[in-house]
Amino acid sequence: MKSVSTSGDAARPVGVAVSRPSVAGHLQAWLPKLVLAPSVVISLCFVYGFMLWTFILSLTDSRMLPNYDFVGFAQYARLMNNERWWVAATNLGVFGALFVGLCLVLGAGLAILLDQRIRREGVLRTLYLYPMALSFIVTGVVWKWLLNPGLGIQSMVRGWGFESFTFDWLVDPNMAVYTLVIAAVWQASGFVMALFLAGLRGIDDSILKAAQLDGASLPRVYWRVVMPCLRPVVFSAVMILSHIAIKSFDLVVALTGGGPGYSSDLPATFMYAHAFTRAQIGMGSASAILMLGGVLAILVPYLYSELRSRRHG
Amino acid sequence: MDNVIRARTPAARAWRLLLHLVLILAALWYLLPLAVMVLTSLKPLDEIGAGSLLTLPDNPTLAPWLKAWGSACTGMRCDGVSGYFWNSFAIVIPAVVIATLIGALNGYALTKWRFKGAELVFAMMLFGCFIPFQVILLPMAQTLGWLGLSSSRLGLIFVHVVFGIAFTTLFFRNFYVSIPDELVSAAKLDGAGFFRIFWRILLPVSKPIIVVSVIWQFTQIWNDFLFGVAFSGHDTQPVTVALNNLVNTSTGVKEYNVDMAAAMIAALPTLVVYVLAGKYFVRGLTAGSVKG
Repeated sequence: MKSVSTSGDAARPVGVAVSRPSVAGHLQAWLPKLVLAPSVVISLCFVYGFMLWTFILSLTDSRMLPNYDFVGFAQYARLMNNERWWVAATNLGVFGALFVGLCLVLGAGLAILLDQRIRREGVLRTLYLYPMALSFIVTGVVWKWLLNPGLGIQSMVRGWGFESFTFDWLVDPNMAVYTLVIAAVWQASGFVMALFLAGLRGIDDSILKAAQLDGASLPRVYWRVVMPCLRPVVFSAVMILSHIAIKSFDLVVALTGGGPGYSSDLPATFMYAHAFTRAQIGMGSASAILMLGGVLAILVPYLYSELRSRRHG
Repeated sequence: MDNVIRARTPAARAWRLLLHLVLILAALWYLLPLAVMVLTSLKPLDEIGAGSLLTLPDNPTLAPWLKAWGSACTGMRCDGVSGYFWNSFAIVIPAVVIATLIGALNGYALTKWRFKGAELVFAMMLFGCFIPFQVILLPMAQTLGWLGLSSSRLGLIFVHVVFGIAFTTLFFRNFYVSIPDELVSAAKLDGAGFFRIFWRILLPVSKPIIVVSVIWQFTQIWNDFLFGVAFSGHDTQPVTVALNNLVNTSTGVKEYNVDMAAAMIAALPTLVVYVLAGKYFVRGLTAGSVKG
């Protein structure tokens, strides 16, 4: 922060060269910063301060209640030897990769198909996107019902005469994590479609015409000309989707409850279970810090490019 | 656009038919869960075991909806989700209004009164949009305790405002950047002050971004589960938490029709918003990503 006398220059609205040295003038110069101050303080305390606090907790042997007996990185070491953590981390890898990949393929595919001057485009777009308005809890409850082997899709298909049809992933420890993928892709792929459609509408027609005049086939035009133009969209979509994947908590709670056993746990549910119900605050904090690390690994390149493009644009 | 498949030849016509078929199939796949949810919620329990997912109810009934609303068990208590439904509104409305107001002022101060370090302040606040909330849960629980806000609606409003500001500031900042600075400079020369310029010049043109911000915050907070389950008490749970409790309460026969009716009740407000203001909803979703 600068002192009052110099901030008069800095806080002037752009393009105005008059400064009034009166009390009111000083107040005016400070007002923007005063207005921003509470948000800055909130951000410093509740985002940065709390992150630091959680990190400190992760260095202690806190169990039921937070205490500050430091044990170094012992909680991280415990985490690395915890089978349930590895199940959760591996699940996140599987879930994240499939979720992001399938959403991209489905979203891009639907956007390209919708971009072919479809008469009812508005209606279709609305139908593709509505799941995004729902809570993940609602999505989980509905898919739990659909995937219920006794009364859901399995029993419906058997009722059509396919007696041996089996679709019991929800109760199969090896497959439960894939039910999360199905429900999450159902919810978020329409959103990716909307991103791609906006991107497609922004592409200059003359590029496409030129490519077609050169005799390129339509799929080739899309793959070689359109897709490279959509690189920023793909980039944004991957960031947002992986972010959703790492934060996925409600969906797991509502759809599988992390089960059978803890076979479909994700780090978010692992953290919650240990910090709030299993009285392992230290280890729960350590897992939260690792989640933050995962988000940062994705986020830093994203923010970097966002801020850079903003400066140039 | 000349990159479309045109129905000139029979082959092209066949392609176009296939194209429509694929698009309609996709629409059905997105619709299926909603259809099943509505159908199941209108069936009496005995029809659920007998029929299959997509059979129409023989004797459609609203009883499951009434039970979900007024008498289904959510954990210990058996008075439906209605109370929690209103809880959600009592949490969402103040949180949305406050976060939007603060976001608007922040965006205005960051763009029209640029000072050294404004970009840095913005980048710092932007980070709040991206953290996994697990990383603040434990300190927040303790802090709410110290503030005497544990398990209260006020506490939840506070948490949602604190973590909503980052998004609303992002929305308004990106919107106000595109409003010409000359308007503000002229008003400044006429002697208008900070709030006067905001009230007279920025606010009148802000309607679209206010709608985007309100819709985004409304859906985010309404659909929240993590903060709801971590920071609410028995009486102050939002409807998402109550729904999860209702579905997981096992007393006697599992009433899937009531579960689905409760899920519909929890989903309706955001669905209505989406249907009424879909355009703005999409804009909110994409504001932080493609627009930049």
